[in-house]
Amino acid sequence: MSSLKSFIKSVRAAKTMADERAVIQKESAAIRTSFREDFTDTHMRRQNIAKLLYLFTLGERTHFGQIECLKLLATSKFSDKRLGYLGTMLLLDENQEVLTLVTNSLKNDLNHPNQYVVGLALCTLGNIASQEMARDLFTDVEKLVVTQNPYLRKKAALCAMRIIRKVPELQERFVDKAKSLLGDHHHGVLICGMTLVYDLCLEDANLIPQFRQFIPSLIRQLKSLTTSGYAPEHDVAGVSDPFLQVKILRLLRVLGRGDQSATEQMNDILAQIATNTDSSKNVGNSILYEAVLTILDIDADSGLRVLGINILGRFLGNKDNNVKYVGLNTLSKVVELEPNAVQRHRNTILECLHDADISIRRRALDLSFDLINDQNVRVLVRELLVFLESADTEFKANMTVQICIAADKYAPNKRWHIDTVLRVLKLAGNYVSEQIISQFIALVSNTTSMHLYTVQKLYSLLRSDITQEGLTLAGTWVIGEYGDELLKAGAFEDEETMLDVKEADVVQIFDSILHSTYATQTVQEYVLDALAKLSTRMSDPGQIERIRRLISSQTTALDVEIQQRAVEYAALFGHDDIRRGVLEKMPAAVIREDRKLQPEKKAAVKGGVPKPQPKSETDILLDLMSGDEDAAAPSSRVSPANGDLLAMALGGGGALPSVPTRATNGKTNGNPSDLLADVFGGGSVSAATSPSQQANGQQTITDILGLFSTPSPSAPSPPVPVPAPAPVVDAPASGQTYPAYTAYDQNGLSLTLQPIRDATTPAGVVNIVASFANTGPDALDHITFQVAVPKTQQVELRPISKPDLAPGETASQAVRVTASVGAQVRLRLRVSFGRNGHDVVDQMVFNQFPADLLAS
Amino acid sequence: MTNRHSAIACISRMLQFILVQNRQGKTRLAKYYTPYDDEEKVKLKGEVHRLVAPRDQKYQSNFVEFRNFKIVYRRYAGLFFCVCVDSNDNELAYLEAIHFFVEVLDTFFGNVCELDLVFNFYKVYAILDEVFLAGEIEETSKDVVLHRLEFLDRLE
Repeated sequence: MSSLKSFIKSVRAAKTMADERAVIQKESAAIRTSFREDFTDTHMRRQNIAKLLYLFTLGERTHFGQIECLKLLATSKFSDKRLGYLGTMLLLDENQEVLTLVTNSLKNDLNHPNQYVVGLALCTLGNIASQEMARDLFTDVEKLVVTQNPYLRKKAALCAMRIIRKVPELQERFVDKAKSLLGDHHHGVLICGMTLVYDLCLEDANLIPQFRQFIPSLIRQLKSLTTSGYAPEHDVAGVSDPFLQVKILRLLRVLGRGDQSATEQMNDILAQIATNTDSSKNVGNSILYEAVLTILDIDADSGLRVLGINILGRFLGNKDNNVKYVGLNTLSKVVELEPNAVQRHRNTILECLHDADISIRRRALDLSFDLINDQNVRVLVRELLVFLESADTEFKANMTVQICIAADKYAPNKRWHIDTVLRVLKLAGNYVSEQIISQFIALVSNTTSMHLYTVQKLYSLLRSDITQEGLTLAGTWVIGEYGDELLKAGAFEDEETMLDVKEADVVQIFDSILHSTYATQTVQEYVLDALAKLSTRMSDPGQIERIRRLISSQTTALDVEIQQRAVEYAALFGHDDIRRGVLEKMPAAVIREDRKLQPEKKAAVKGGVPKPQPKSETDILLDLMSGDEDAAAPSSRVSPANGDLLAMALGGGGALPSVPTRATNGKTNGNPSDLLADVFGGGSVSAATSPSQQANGQQTITDILGLFSTPSPSAPSPPVPVPAPAPVVDAPASGQTYPAYTAYDQNGLSLTLQPIRDATTPAGVVNIVASFANTGPDALDHITFQVAVPKTQQVELRPISKPDLAPGETASQAVRVTASVGAQVRLRLRVSFGRNGHDVVDQMVFNQFPADLLAS
Repeated sequence: MTNRHSAIACISRMLQFILVQNRQGKTRLAKYYTPYDDEEKVKLKGEVHRLVAPRDQKYQSNFVEFRNFKIVYRRYAGLFFCVCVDSNDNELAYLEAIHFFVEVLDTFFGNVCELDLVFNFYKVYAILDEVFLAGEIEETSKDVVLHRLEFLDRLE
């Protein structure tokens, strides 16, 4: 067996990790063997335990040495005991079962005549006492808390703290003894006593009042520490016992909280510390910091609170990053309590945005957003925009959201609001979320007076930079939508340069975007929409032809969504008479409060989770009908009445060219483009009967609806299922029995619709039972079934009886349609459900009900 | 075992642990004031090292968030002295406490270096126990601590 020293040396001498492991394992094995064999040799045992502790420090397994270590405790030799206790504290913790074996040794040693042995026992107890040990030994500790020996008193005080943490009901045994410690003359005892009292107060707030009587003496102690001058024993860089000062301030905080008279007693000394403590070194700042926390936590008078905030403000100007960090951290905590006082340090906070330490920058940024209000929004947002340009990449996404929220909340006028978002798009267009873009579009579409300004700005921005996706998307949409205003106004001046606006220039921009490397899928989709719209807003046949060619070039795009759009728009060129109507301007978007931007990251930082907004049933339906669009994307959502649903469905479809669709949508079935396809499936018929020029989009929609009242609409694209023979349905005896019509039978789901009318049914009303059956081998979940009717009719839906169907199961849902007598019932159906983890969404037109269904 | 979880949640005013590591992440001192099992200890050491070692000495603060706590650390030559504290605690005061401990070591060993800690690790633990107890600072006078250690060593 080698000595400890040579063992350490050989571990250090190991050249590779493998060598080191080998040395350690060899020694570890030797120690085990030695434990088994030489159970009498105490010298050997000492050496082994010492090595074991080295192994522990290295992070090796040491559990096999626990018992040997405890054997050392029982010896009478001090050095053995010392090593034994050291080992016990390191190798054991409160959760080890063998700890019960220590209790007896501790009990003996706590009553040992030698104070050093008692000290060791107290130290062990304080560090690893378990609940049982606390119960078994508290009486011994109780005695030691008031012993003559200050060295044992302080250790006993901390042991007492540990004991009451483990067994709170023992508190009262220590309350009076703790009081005696508060007047102690020995600094170590005082510190430990304060810790004990502080802990007692935290554990049980009912104890606080009885400690309030010590406030004057605590204040006296604090005063003597701050005015006594140089005291070599506890001096730290010219400050007298900063640790004790911090402890006293902390205890005062607990005692003064929520108590007016206690607070009044403290005001003076807190003011004194806040003004007189030397803030040039860390040690002074640690006291200032504690004092500020106390000032802000108790109901100190307002002057003092402002002084406290000002100290934190000064922290921000400190050269030491630690002090800055603490200052920013604390200011963020108090900004809501003392907004005005914190505002005064705005400039210093903004300077911290440019600090070299990223954690300082992050905190300064969070705090800056907290500071924004309607008075300073211009200044702060300007600063933040400057910072945005150079900000760390990881900040940008959150910053764009936060700036847009601030702009939305506090914008002094629309022009400023639009300018701000434009700056964000320009500076960080690659980091903005889709939501910001849709909010911006909604904002623009609602601000008629700014259309020309916005479109010109975006035109100018896009001419110089197409690398920022967010900017490109917003610009594409706005130029597509308001291109006519841009063209009508002609050349304009932007930032002292004249910009020509010719139709060719506008098309050229889109041409270059489409063929650039920055054209993501979403960008391409937006560009196609914009081009289609522009084809009705331009007059030069050459340019219109160029647009047609551009669109046609995408009909072979690899992405199905882009291809579909291109094909549909290209087809639209064949129907000049309706194209103009279809591509009319969008109605102004409705900005819904519940869909406003949420500060995501910020909420997470503050420990809250942004609550998902509850959606009403109607909302969900509307959302679905407009093709999963974001609320802000313009589509006509004027009235939630069910009767308007079809109008809306078609509004979504008819207005599609102007509706940007989410790139990540993926659910092609759910896209409004299908609706469009359907409309154009029968387009020629309806077009022939409708005037091609309409004043606004809403009317166009109504006219397209003419499709439904034309006597013989051409078949919409989904194949029309043949009416199935009626299964037996228990229709009311007095009523007329109709067969059940199969409306859908795909993907394992069969859906039949059976109209029911009886004597009690009012005229013009039909009840329809929709029956769902799972005909496939897979379970279907979250079945939702929606029905839309033409504008002149109304529909009412009951909830489905069972939204999740196992194979073979059935469910039903009641539908009620109200129309005028004699009207033909035509339904647009939408079914969605989950199957094998995939979402299936299907839409179809259903018009197989007998024409005379509502005849009477 | 039952109160392990609640202990971490409700005791918020003490050191969770103290680690002294060198720049390579070798631990020179590890003292835990809340119980962790062996695997957890290994994980803690690794995490703390990875958090602290790459930080810039000049331009970054000496505080890092760590799980629900905060690591306050100071670097002395090649050694990082790290303490894990409650995230609402006074970080600046802990910086002073670390420095106080290092000053005691320095006086005790006379210009302390890493090798002193390696070969006299058991003494370092003994010194630590005179400065911190139960995760709280116990003594703030260097003389008192050194005087005490002198006596203890004389008894050996």
